[in-house]
Amino acid sequence: MATFLGIDYPTWWFLVVGALFSGYAILDGFDLGAGAWHLFFRKEESRRIALNAIGPVWDGNEVWLVIGGGALFAGFPVLYASMLSAMYIPFMLFLFFLIFRAVSIEFRSKESMLWWRRLWDISYFVSSIMMAVLLGIVLGNILQGMRIGPNFEFTGNWLEFINPYALMTGATTLALFMMHGALYLLLKTEGRLYARLTILVKSALVFFLVSFSVTSLYTLLYLPHLSDLFKSSPMFFFLPALAFLSIANIPRLVSKHRYLLAFLFSALTISMLLILVAVELYPVLILSTQSPEFNITIYNAASSEHSLRIMLIMAAIGAPLVMSYTAFVFWTFRGKVKMDESSY
Amino acid sequence: MDVEILARIQFAFTIAFHYIYPPLSIGLGLMMVVMEGLFLRTRNPHYEQLARFWTKIFALTFGIGVATGIVMEFEFGTNWATYSRFVGDIFGSALAAEGIFAFALESGFLGILIFGWNRVTPPVHFIATLGVWLGSMFSAVWIVVANSWQQTPAGYHIVGEGLSARAEITDFWAMVFNPSSVDRMLHVWVGAFLAGTFLVLSVHAWYLLHGRHVALSRKAIKIALVLATVSALSQLFLGHRSADGVAHNQPAKLAAFEGHFDSLATADLYLLGWVNKAEQKTSGLKIPGGLSFLLHQDFNAPVKGLNAFPEADRPPAVNAVFQFYHLMVAMGMLLIAISVFACWQWYRGKLFDRRWLLWIFVFSVLPPQIANQAGWFSAEMGRQPWVVYGLLRTSDALSKVVTANQVLFSLIMFALIYTLLLALFLYLLNKKIKHGPEGI
Repeated sequence: MATFLGIDYPTWWFLVVGALFSGYAILDGFDLGAGAWHLFFRKEESRRIALNAIGPVWDGNEVWLVIGGGALFAGFPVLYASMLSAMYIPFMLFLFFLIFRAVSIEFRSKESMLWWRRLWDISYFVSSIMMAVLLGIVLGNILQGMRIGPNFEFTGNWLEFINPYALMTGATTLALFMMHGALYLLLKTEGRLYARLTILVKSALVFFLVSFSVTSLYTLLYLPHLSDLFKSSPMFFFLPALAFLSIANIPRLVSKHRYLLAFLFSALTISMLLILVAVELYPVLILSTQSPEFNITIYNAASSEHSLRIMLIMAAIGAPLVMSYTAFVFWTFRGKVKMDESSY
Repeated sequence: MDVEILARIQFAFTIAFHYIYPPLSIGLGLMMVVMEGLFLRTRNPHYEQLARFWTKIFALTFGIGVATGIVMEFEFGTNWATYSRFVGDIFGSALAAEGIFAFALESGFLGILIFGWNRVTPPVHFIATLGVWLGSMFSAVWIVVANSWQQTPAGYHIVGEGLSARAEITDFWAMVFNPSSVDRMLHVWVGAFLAGTFLVLSVHAWYLLHGRHVALSRKAIKIALVLATVSALSQLFLGHRSADGVAHNQPAKLAAFEGHFDSLATADLYLLGWVNKAEQKTSGLKIPGGLSFLLHQDFNAPVKGLNAFPEADRPPAVNAVFQFYHLMVAMGMLLIAISVFACWQWYRGKLFDRRWLLWIFVFSVLPPQIANQAGWFSAEMGRQPWVVYGLLRTSDALSKVVTANQVLFSLIMFALIYTLLLALFLYLLNKKIKHGPEGI
């Protein structure tokens, strides 16, 4: 098999997809998280500021999902086909809430009637929460393994996606995003809303630490395949240790009011957790609970080497471009929210 | 209803809805680039006002385009799993290129385009506008490449058999420049220019009729009319090239376009008509031998008819393909007539004096939309029963695990959410138009 720098192409593409989904989780994570706080802000002014804190960037953040999805389709079509058709309902609901949320953001501030704004506030809040939970549910099912049979077709029941573990990962994802979102809002707001957020962020920390601990415990007890590697080889033990340190650092920084650093550490935490998942699964993408021969791996799900090489060249050219103009946009809109005529 | 028909309805519904927006974005992007470019050259604030105003409308069409576009991407995997496995190697790289080189470019600069007027200098803002427009143009390139490959596959070989068969790239550039992609891409681009320019014409004609923003609107109408006329006329040529390609590469589709059954006969060109599939007869207003002439420059040349193909390989809905195709052509001709007539009035110095002409402009926003939709319907229905021409049948392309009830659920869900989305679009569009360009 052809390699580049000693690493084979499917593994390279696995890294690309992983990086894209980390980017997506970090970026859309904070704006979904911010949305999940929306009804906790009681003043109209606070809600508008919170909405405008994500105003110029939320759409761009979702671009990472589009590109990540495209990369998954391109590199691992077998996985893409099996995963999306197996979890038809959660993905359809995700799309529904994604559109509903966009509609809510756009509609909300266009009329000043109280009932109008209340209605869209609620739908924005609910759809932000549901998107985070559904992402977590999908992740939970992937971690747990699915009933994959011959031809890598799902052989289970359409309702199987709802199970205790998936609900736990759903809650944990929501908690993580809410913590991340609260920290982002702290960077973007001042005055009364800022003061309220300094309190809310602490509840977010508690919510996250509790749900994360419960999920981790469950994983260790009931899903041993997810921690075999870390137990068997001490060399890999530093990864969970790093993730743990990164998480532990967040409350420390929050108590010191160093929110920018705390935000960066929550971003680091998101990517560390995804790296843990990736390392544990590799080279499997979805474990078949039927038989190991039906495991969907990066090798049996991958596109041809020729195709992967073309796409890796594209990624190598495109990635610096994408990063540079993303950085430029965030730089242009740095600092606290200032409302003007183009605001939401 | 079975899974196949439900899944096809869902795909047709979601893609048709999606396709209202990207063409508007591409067409309005062109208008914005020209307006802002004129502002940078002349420093006439009218052009800046126009650019700012149309940027707001652009933001709206773009936003809905993104939201409905994500749906399309996911639907390949959810509803068409077998198709996704089959084409992933090829379709995937086109989609990846779209994401990396086009979509990221437009979305990246979009924030600056919309929110950055007071934060960056005018030339930097112009670059952002240009970036967004080029991004939307490139998006169209890759998506049309992917679709064209499904119409005229090239640069691939088939690996495996039966359910695990898949197409793999052997030659990337042959895949990209497959026999139909260049013609169809130009046809799609220009269709998008028509959508955008006629929206601009429509809105500014409405302002003139109401005596609002007069100086501004006259400038906008002149810019839009020039671009619209050039686009409408070039579509005549580009459309012909596309049809020529279809005759060459997908003769069964072309036969369906004109309801031509007999294999060895000369083919007529219909202005309008009706296809009776059972009796294999097409009747209507026609130019005898017209199709033969268009394809071979000879009124007596025979053209392959539907009967030259096995029943199983012919497009099943011949009359629908015929009607959509003719609707598109009729709308194209209408747009040529409107724009050329308006130019003549302009030449005579009477462009803004004729209220009825302005009213025609107001309603002329619809024909490009109808033509774009009808064109795609005829292209896609004419490709049936294949999803990848000659390689994979639509009925074999479905997700095996998805049941009719699941698809019905999502179809109802999309019907609801898209109704809401359409309401949002029309509401905001109306609000922004009523509000109008702001003084600077």
